Amino acid sequence: MTRLAELLLLLVVLANFSVLATSRVSACIRAIAFQGLLLGALPLLLIPGWSTHTMVLAAGTALVKAGLLPWFLRWAIREASVRREVEPLIGYMASMLLGTAALAVAFAVAAVLPLPLPLAVTPLLVPVALVTVIIGLVVLITRSKAITQVVGYLMLENGIYLFGLTQSARVPFLVEIGVLLDVFVGVFVMGIVIFHINREFDSMSAANLRELRD
Amino acid sequence: MTLSPVVALLLLGVGAPLIPGITTRTKAVFAGRRGAPVWQLYADLWKLWRRGLVYSTTTTWVFRLAPVILAATTLVAAALLPLDGSTAILAFAGDAVAFVYLLALGRFVLVLASLDTGSSFEGMGASREVAFASIAEVGLFVTIAGLAIASHSLSLTLMLGGGAPQATGRVPASAVLFAVSVFGLALAECSRVPVDDPATHLELTMVHEVMVLDNSGPDLALILYSSALKLGLFAAIILAILFPGARGSAWLSLGVLLSGFVVMGVAVGVVESMIARLRLPRVALYLAGASALALFGLILELQ
Repeated sequence: MTRLAELLLLLVVLANFSVLATSRVSACIRAIAFQGLLLGALPLLLIPGWSTHTMVLAAGTALVKAGLLPWFLRWAIREASVRREVEPLIGYMASMLLGTAALAVAFAVAAVLPLPLPLAVTPLLVPVALVTVIIGLVVLITRSKAITQVVGYLMLENGIYLFGLTQSARVPFLVEIGVLLDVFVGVFVMGIVIFHINREFDSMSAANLRELRD
Repeated sequence: MTLSPVVALLLLGVGAPLIPGITTRTKAVFAGRRGAPVWQLYADLWKLWRRGLVYSTTTTWVFRLAPVILAATTLVAAALLPLDGSTAILAFAGDAVAFVYLLALGRFVLVLASLDTGSSFEGMGASREVAFASIAEVGLFVTIAGLAIASHSLSLTLMLGGGAPQATGRVPASAVLFAVSVFGLALAECSRVPVDDPATHLELTMVHEVMVLDNSGPDLALILYSSALKLGLFAAIILAILFPGARGSAWLSLGVLLSGFVVMGVAVGVVESMIARLRLPRVALYLAGASALALFGLILELQ
């Protein structure tokens, strides 16, 4: 069970890297959807005993993160006719190097963090959560299009969700649903923003947000 | 020393030309054709071996020596690997570095030979080959470092053969990462599809093929044979990373090695059928990605 969970966590990190390396917006969304699916499967493997709560959490996560949100993003792309390229502010190679640096930092930091972890949790969970948050931030900062920034934000939320899994025994239910709602609302609002930006400024670049002041 | 590593090396020497044959066959099956027989390369090598040698008047002894050195370095590199799973013919501390640089030496003399012909096409191919190889080397060394940490040793025999007695054994997750990374790098090292297209017929787009345009007869046979041998080497490395340690009887280890060749040939063929060659700027990113996987594995080993 832990072995399988470790494999899934590995794939979560690889999904992060594929978002960093790809030049296509649709590939980014596919990667984030795949990550959402993995996150949905993780509670089943990490929380001992398949209670109704765990099942609902897993199903809800998979549904929202792998189904609804990617669909929503694709809809936004189609509706706002976003161009297919990612348009990063720094090169893909530099993004990748930042990603590997994040990986090293996350594993170094996680080794010294004094966290009250339950025994069943694999030692990989905390560093993977950290690296997902950091790479999410990197995507958020270095990609100019609003749609890819939503992907970065989603990735960041995924990292927080992973971190929440470590404390699931202590703080059940509320945290997870809160995170889901947070993601939902965040993407919803940003989607509308994207929609309007594209209509009014004929561009999806977040740099145009500066023109929003009165 | 038992006989088993020598027999395994012989199997590599005899069986390696099967791998490109299997790759071509796999590609043919994907394309809905019947394709050349899997032993096509043996026939090609035999044909080339009996042919005469033609040397351009601009070439010097460098050009004549290169194919021999290439084949020799590749064979010596093969002797450093524990091909039967546990023992290598040659083993010493730091032989992993020797392994990488033996392959690099072979490439270096081939590059010299291609520059020796004075052809600008060959010079371009040489420059690309060296550029890709220099990035791929990073990934190879990161993988070697990771394996060294896991096995507490600097020798390939222990790294790939199960590790020193005090070693904790590698994390399965990192072994998978190393294997995928080495496969990605092997495609670059052996000039296969995402990096180079062995089937291309345009000198401008060739990388490895263009370097050997001037070679003929037995020289070309040696170069083709070395490429096949290199694929076999990497197949053996991936096999040893995923399934380290001795494999019961000597016959069993030979069978495992042979099936490793077949799987490698099919895997390369599947990759070549499914994806197109990358644009030149993306190749660096591809190699960096493969190195990042290896680095991830290394970090997992440090845990």
